[in-house]
Amino acid sequence: MSEKVGVYICHCGANIAGVVDVAALSHWAGELPDVAVARDYKFMCSSLGQELIEKDIQELGLTRVVVAACSPHLHEATFRNCCKRAGLNPYLFEMASIREQVSWVTANKTVALEKSKALISGAVHRVIHNQALEPIIVDINPNVLVVGGGITGIQAALEIADAGYHVYLVEREPSIGGHMAQFDKTFPTLDCSACILTPKMFSAGTHPNITLLTWSEVEKVDGYVGNFTVKVRQKARKVNTELCTGCGICEQKCPKKVIDTVFEAGMGLRKAVYTPFPQAVPKYPVMDVQNCTFFQKGTCKACEKFCPTGAIDFKQEDKVVSFDVGNIILATGWDLFDCRRIPQYGYGRLANVYNSLEFERLSNAAGPTGGKVILRDGVTVPQSVGIIHCVGSRDKNYNPYCSAICCMQSLKFAHLVKEKTGAQVYNFYIDIRTPLKAYDEFYQHILETDETRFVRGKVAEVTDAARLPGEEGKLIIQVEDTLIGKQRRIPVDMVILSAGLEPRHDAKEVAKLFGIGCSADQWFIERHPKLDPVATMTEGVFVAGVCQGPKDIPLSVTQGAAAAARVIGLVNRKQVSLEPVRASVNAEQCSGCRICNNQCPFNAISFLVDKGVSEINPALCQGCGTCVAACPAGAITGSHYTNAQILSQIEGILEVELGQREAVPA
Amino acid sequence: MAKPKFAMYWAASCGGCEIAVLNIAEKILDVDANFDVVFWPVAMDAKYKDVEGMSDGEITLCLFNGGIRNDENERLAKLLRKKSAVLVAFGSCANEGCIPGLANLTSGKAVIETAFSTVSTDNPHNVRPAYDYPAAEGELHIPRMYETLKTLDQVVPVDYYMPGCPPESHQIATVIDLVIAALKGEAKLPPAGAVIGAGNSTVCDECSRKRSEKLIKEFRRTWQIPMDQQECLLEQGILCSGMATRSGCNARCPAANMPCIGCYGPAPDVVDQGARMMSAVSSVIDSKDPAEIERILDGIVDPAGTFYRFGLASSLLHRAKAQ
Repeated sequence: MSEKVGVYICHCGANIAGVVDVAALSHWAGELPDVAVARDYKFMCSSLGQELIEKDIQELGLTRVVVAACSPHLHEATFRNCCKRAGLNPYLFEMASIREQVSWVTANKTVALEKSKALISGAVHRVIHNQALEPIIVDINPNVLVVGGGITGIQAALEIADAGYHVYLVEREPSIGGHMAQFDKTFPTLDCSACILTPKMFSAGTHPNITLLTWSEVEKVDGYVGNFTVKVRQKARKVNTELCTGCGICEQKCPKKVIDTVFEAGMGLRKAVYTPFPQAVPKYPVMDVQNCTFFQKGTCKACEKFCPTGAIDFKQEDKVVSFDVGNIILATGWDLFDCRRIPQYGYGRLANVYNSLEFERLSNAAGPTGGKVILRDGVTVPQSVGIIHCVGSRDKNYNPYCSAICCMQSLKFAHLVKEKTGAQVYNFYIDIRTPLKAYDEFYQHILETDETRFVRGKVAEVTDAARLPGEEGKLIIQVEDTLIGKQRRIPVDMVILSAGLEPRHDAKEVAKLFGIGCSADQWFIERHPKLDPVATMTEGVFVAGVCQGPKDIPLSVTQGAAAAARVIGLVNRKQVSLEPVRASVNAEQCSGCRICNNQCPFNAISFLVDKGVSEINPALCQGCGTCVAACPAGAITGSHYTNAQILSQIEGILEVELGQREAVPA
Repeated sequence: MAKPKFAMYWAASCGGCEIAVLNIAEKILDVDANFDVVFWPVAMDAKYKDVEGMSDGEITLCLFNGGIRNDENERLAKLLRKKSAVLVAFGSCANEGCIPGLANLTSGKAVIETAFSTVSTDNPHNVRPAYDYPAAEGELHIPRMYETLKTLDQVVPVDYYMPGCPPESHQIATVIDLVIAALKGEAKLPPAGAVIGAGNSTVCDECSRKRSEKLIKEFRRTWQIPMDQQECLLEQGILCSGMATRSGCNARCPAANMPCIGCYGPAPDVVDQGARMMSAVSSVIDSKDPAEIERILDGIVDPAGTFYRFGLASSLLHRAKAQ
């Protein structure tokens, strides 16, 4: 077998040519066995550079192409397409990274040239063993699963449903709405949060193209882009939704009151059978079995007695439903940082230290105090309030990242406190970050009109131990005011901790369930942080909203819509072509040892009992190579990463490397 | 017409391969009937100069066992290559280095030191071998030992590979039948470079034990547990190399309730049997906790000796880094 390889060396302006002697490299490469032509050019990725390659393929009859340039991550697709246009199978192309792996990591021109040679030699050796591969074409199921019924998920679901496709919207809580339903006002416009959210909730609840699955969780996901099968557990509401009219009588009659730690953030009470808030969608209540008198003591049944439609069903069980979708959007949101983790701020110990969600409920007209900002005694209006920024954020002891929303949230709190109580407000901040539309104007407005004091410094402690006159009965905020270079003790009546956003406590399990990755902080990982922010490395699974990283409502809505647009685009294509880099089992060589059976992160491997061999579903396989490495018999081959390809690449590299050194002793 | 000529030679090996050939019982008579045995040091008297006197390719079939440990081994390998029409790397040592190849984990000097100084060595005067000795009759020489043990095909081109430590008698018999049939024009020899006298998958294929998905919490040695006769040994925590070892032995060790130790070498198309074993075994450790994983791995007392018991000299690395 004799191949005609073309080697193309990119200058990348001065990025590569500034360090690597591209002319010498090109001359050297031209002398390699099987290399028919070697050229260097200023920008291989430019249309002129690509035309150069195309022309050579056609005129010189090249059968393989190597481009030594940036990284495959950046331009592999570019050059594959270039080969394809010239009639060469795109997989007969190989890239050598002489920018990221050479010119950007050394200034030494001698070693740069040698390493470039080694990488090109490896690529030339490898490309000869490359095989022509054809993409795998599969149909796309037009149905879509959206996980998470917060504002992001609602937005995504509505966009897709309006485009004419069916959406299954799965929400863990009894109602959609998410955190936004808990908020009082939204920054910087101070719109009433519920007023702008509930119409969208209503639309989602009544849209003919949306199947709402609340009080439900996804249990299992099988399949691949275009063809996922999803199992969802619908937790027993103990209320027959076919009969329930949402009249609320059961809730009125239920004698059991429970502290509502979810929707009311522990600030208010709910019943054992309840809807979390009056505008809940759907309107059907759920029964809290752990707190229901009937379930705990065997008597009561007040709800059943008074229900006018006989909808209460104590015997109702969880139901697992299964359906097929083509794409999935994860919009699972966030958990609030637990302020108890910073004991010196006194949260959970000092009554009048609140976290941000508690304050939202306190300030909310539909909340437990009817929107009155009062202390925990239920009567006292605070005269002074301290708002501490960056609680649990930008702190290497807790979370290193900025939670993005806390500055604006704190400014909003400052405004609301001032408006409702006239109290003196202090903001304790490290930096004020107000970068988006109308945000800084809001900050300036607070600065100018609200007489709010801003203290730049990280709060050391919130204490009730008075030391100085005027501190008795107060919460004292101990802080270094870095702008005046002094320690200060500021007595206040109320402290609001602007707690950061954290990934959901079960983000890692959810990521695993859907076959996507989590960052070290456990935010879901997008395919590319700048250029592909809502896709993931798993085709057909998208992420949107805070589950991908901290962001505010406008950005979450944008991402929800963006993910929806990506999905609609895919569904409109009706078919998707999958990268043919897949693993396959050679049944002759497989002895059914079953080592690989539990290795596949995509559940693509099944064991055929009758044949005694394992088999890989090529559509499910994502080409990760885990099973290829695990197979002790060498019976599994990963196409485009065959032994021949990898070993010849190593040989090619070592040929150059060892040429520089003495041979290994005999 | 003169009978085709047969030769068998041992280089760095234990002699088990020779016994395996004799162990084919009455089939040895077929060898004698069909071949003229011209050179077989263990079985008959022969001199190297007799071989040197032969014309090139005169020996029809040469079974070469043992690895290349010293200059005499290498000289004979080259000589027999030249004089043989068909040279077979016979048995694990010639194929992949086998137990002598484990010396590649250390240096030639350390091997000599160990051999002449361990507690079990009876060496009251603490002598060491000398390559050259001026005896009264004249200067005496013994072969010079190499730093690295090499496999036969690392020294000369090899026509066929016959794995096993030693190759199973039924496989030897089959190969002999095939060669005889080929000589009579009744059969065709496989293409050069082929592995003969072995199967094309792994020992698991011939093993009748029940297998399911593997999740290992603890590795155990054979004496530590009463082994179940039916269940896959690896699933019981016994390091069995069957899954990474070429078939052909009828899974004799697992059938006798002992783990496969890997003597038939890597499966077809596998380059490095030990690496395959390691990556397979590490894939099925049932823990995500680093400390627990360490503890589980501590159950593998001799990783190099376990995974590279036979294949170190032919592995990707060949040897530990030379000093």
